[in-house]
Amino acid sequence: MDNTVIEIQDAVVSYREDVALQGVSLEVRKGEFIGIIGPNGAGKTTLLTIVNGLGKLVHGQARVLGSWLNGSNSINLRKRIGYVAQVERIDPRLPINVRETVMVGCYGRLGLCRRPTRAQWERVDEVLEMVGIAHLSQRPIGHLSGGEYQRAAIARALVQQPEIFLLDEPTASIDQKAQREILSLIQLIHREYDMTTLFVTHDLRTLPPVCQRLILMKDGRIWQQGSPESMLREEVLTQLFGAPISVATEIAPVRAE
Amino acid sequence: MTGAGMDFSILQYHFMQNAILAGLLGGITCSVVGVFVVTMHLSFIGVCIAHAAFAGALLGLWLGFNPLIGALLFSLAAAAIIGPVADRGELNPDTSIGIVFSLMLGLAFLFMGLMQGARTEALNLFWGSILTVTQQDLIFLAAITGVIVGLVAVFYKEIQAVICHREVALAVGIPATVVFYGLLFSTGVTITASLQSIGGLLIYSLILNPAAAAYQLTYSLKRMLFIAVAFGVISCWAGLVASYFFDVPSGAAIVITSAIIFGLATAFSPKRKVKGWQQAPLAG
Repeated sequence: MDNTVIEIQDAVVSYREDVALQGVSLEVRKGEFIGIIGPNGAGKTTLLTIVNGLGKLVHGQARVLGSWLNGSNSINLRKRIGYVAQVERIDPRLPINVRETVMVGCYGRLGLCRRPTRAQWERVDEVLEMVGIAHLSQRPIGHLSGGEYQRAAIARALVQQPEIFLLDEPTASIDQKAQREILSLIQLIHREYDMTTLFVTHDLRTLPPVCQRLILMKDGRIWQQGSPESMLREEVLTQLFGAPISVATEIAPVRAE
Repeated sequence: MTGAGMDFSILQYHFMQNAILAGLLGGITCSVVGVFVVTMHLSFIGVCIAHAAFAGALLGLWLGFNPLIGALLFSLAAAAIIGPVADRGELNPDTSIGIVFSLMLGLAFLFMGLMQGARTEALNLFWGSILTVTQQDLIFLAAITGVIVGLVAVFYKEIQAVICHREVALAVGIPATVVFYGLLFSTGVTITASLQSIGGLLIYSLILNPAAAAYQLTYSLKRMLFIAVAFGVISCWAGLVASYFFDVPSGAAIVITSAIIFGLATAFSPKRKVKGWQQAPLAG
């Protein structure tokens, strides 16, 4: 039985003169947790946008959850894909609270002209409880700290009942304690919900231990891929980032937690 | 004003009843679209669309067709040009919107300069004349108000998602781009419908001020909509009363009233203690 949920063939993406992805091919099986690492500008985020149909392919094709992506079906596919970006700057005066923000995750599946049901609001409250911010549900979204905001973003993705979970630097710009809590939560969700997860980071210390396969990107290409054990080696990482990386001091302590 | 109190006998006149109705409808619809542009931080785009409508109306007057049609076409065209420019980031949005804005103002003055004879009607479009609103203007304004309020009621959750979290809305499968352009076009249509009564130079204050005042007072979008509408209608009616009793231009009185309401809302805002935008790095 074919359990491939993402299949990308020879993908090329460009933003005017800049080529963001150059002939990337990738297969992801159901239930995999894949880490995507690389320096800034390597094409990591662009790869995620191909999966959720927000990126425009100038060459190649992508099949996600059984459908070949075209301009017309990507909006329906996005309803089945949870996406958490890095902490964004939010206007503290924004007129929306945490509970309403999390409910936005349901709106795609709910469809136009239909209001959320009581069961959906109860589901939002359950998920807020699960991510540990139920006590903040009535707080304006712009009043949250970085770690709290990311929990709200994860809750929003969860109420969407996604089959694929895309995480784009979810621990960037938050302190180490909050980083650890967010990483634990991501691993818990991956296991509990049997999710297929793609986790992008440029900070090797935030790579969750649950990661089964590591994709190393450089200059818009998949430079190498393999098990974390085979990829997280000093000579490989030093070549990838173009600067000396010490596995013993920078990665090993975090992965051991 | 009489010694014993205000003389409200003026209300029996048909033109004043029309003006009060125009104030109610204009106050509602301008404030509702104002909530969209204020929450999305797109105030300058709205100013630009307002001036495009004004230029279009003057073109209509110059060439002899219905100015409202010109206003509608120009405002929709401006929204269609500015939206992608602001979105794609090909040019700095402030620069590109500023160029479109100045072009519209230039066209408005050009059309005005090319007109033959008296320019009373054109000047009315500048300042607005709520006291001379016709039955036809009112029907058009009522229809637009009904459509805008109806759309907000039906698509409230999509609008809330797009104006508060546009990128998220796109990522969860909401047709966010369609909703965004729908909001810009609604702004254009609202400005067109209110042009006759409030005036091309003043209309945007009535869109911005009540919504900006409401933004200072609540963290709930629903409450913000109701407060903005109340402020918009109060501005129109209080401006009308001031215009009558102090013999000043009605459009100017309406806008100044709405600015005073904004000043008071800001002074008493519970959000005053909230610091500016979150600064990175963020604490956990």
